[in-house]
Formats: sequence, structure tokens, C-alpha cells
Amino acid sequence: MTTRDVTTSQEKNLQGREETRAPERFLRPAVNIVEEESGLLVTADLPGASKENLDIRVEKGVLTITAPVHRQVPGRPVYSEFSWAPYYRQFQIPDSIDQNGVNAEFNNGVLSLRLPKAAAAKPRRIEISVQ
Amino acid sequence: MASWSIFNELDSLRREIDEAFRGVGLSRPLTTTFLSPYSTKRFPLLNLTEDEDKVYIEALLPGVDPKELELSVLRGTLTISGERKAPTEKGVLHRTELGFGRFTRSIDLPADINPDNTKAEYKDGVMLITMTKSEHAKPRKIEIAS
Repeated sequence: MTTRDVTTSQEKNLQGREETRAPERFLRPAVNIVEEESGLLVTADLPGASKENLDIRVEKGVLTITAPVHRQVPGRPVYSEFSWAPYYRQFQIPDSIDQNGVNAEFNNGVLSLRLPKAAAAKPRRIEISVQ
Repeated sequence: MASWSIFNELDSLRREIDEAFRGVGLSRPLTTTFLSPYSTKRFPLLNLTEDEDKVYIEALLPGVDPKELELSVLRGTLTISGERKAPTEKGVLHRTELGFGRFTRSIDLPADINPDNTKAEYKDGVMLITMTKSEHAKPRKIEIAS
């Protein structure tokens, strides 16, 4: 891993206005995506988000994770390594996912999303009648 | 009061330099790389704030069981250590941006604190540590006799 890699991967975390077309800046949560036999498992780090405000949508094959962050820390800053901003990230998901069977869990600031594979994602045979 | 911010900047710079010698220190605000294999080895990320009689530290610790966390204070240095357990699911990996494993991080505190009066709360992946400054580290008002 070179120094250059580190810099670019970090810049991607902050999404600017041009990318999202929104006035705010967003944090791009880091994710793990694992494909199991039964479906996909998406794990995302969203520290500071709360279960109540977390918004997960599947629309036209796009999975959107949005979470506002409301945190007030007392005192004046001495040293900071991160800033608070709402979380936002989108993924394209394949058609073979059963969009109604998505199951989400949020524990200790980590979101676990299970996207089951659809049973009906099989090839269909078309009969041709000869007259 | 203008000189305050300069001291602040110098202090931040000193901390960054310290951190650079500890590992690869290229991290900066507005990143969410928590123990990421593609990022620096700095975990957890910390924000340090203070007011007249308290010091506050906010640490990003997503996915860490609070029971696995250890906090200790020794001579003006706070140490956070623990473990983020790796998931057990097996399958084809499409994206791996999260990292797992044991971690330890120490940070210098800006003032002497009273270790008996420290409390830490963990909620939704964020830990807030509140420390009370020692009596001699608090600013004291001096009466002027006229």
C-alpha cells in the first residue's frame, strides 16, 4: 500500500455537492459485502447513527442507506480526527434479490442487512407453436 | 483570546507529529475508515474537547462490544484497548472495507485529571469519556483587593 492509495481512499469517504446534489456533505460509511448461498450480507459501520433515524430503501434496484447524525459534545475542541455528518451511500443490487425480504439489524453502531435471493430467478422457457 | 487558537493549532500539530511516528499518520477529519485495511492503523478515531473543569473524549468504536473495552489512565495518558471480533459468516467477499482485530490507542490529556471521577458511556458505536480535571488544573479566580 503506497501513500497515494491511502489519500485517494480517504477522499472518497467525503462526498461533495457535485456527487450527491445536496447542500450538505455526507460521510460514506465503510461496508463489507459477503455473498452467501441464501443471499447477500451487507455490514456497514454507522457509529453515532440511531436505530430510529436510520433509513434504508430499495428502489428500482438501488439500495440506499441514509442516517442523520445529531450529536452535541460539550466543551471547545482541542484536537479532532473526525467530524460528524449524515451518512449516505448507495449500491446497485442485482434483480435476483428478493426486495421484500430484506432484513436489517443495528447493533453497537453496525448495520447488518440481509438481502435474500429470490426463488423465482430462474430462466423461463418460451413455447413456440408451429402452425 | 486570539493566542488561544494558535496554542490549539500548535498542540494539534504536536499530536499529529506524535501520531506520525507511531504509525502511518495520514488520517484527517471527515473520514469513516474504522480499522480499515485501506487506511491508517489509527483506531479508534478520537475527538478531544475540554471546558473549564472537564475533559471529554469521543471515540468511534463501531462493532466493539462495550464489555470487551478497557480504559486506563496513567500519568496524564489515557489508553483505550479492546477487540473488534471478526464476523463468522463465510462466503464470497464482494467488498471488504472493514477491519477487525485487537487494538490499543493512547492519547495525552491536555490537563491533569482526577482518575476517581471519570465516566465512560457507550452508545451506538460511540464512546464518550468524561474526565474531571484536578483541582490544581482548574482556572482559579483571584480577587483583587482595592
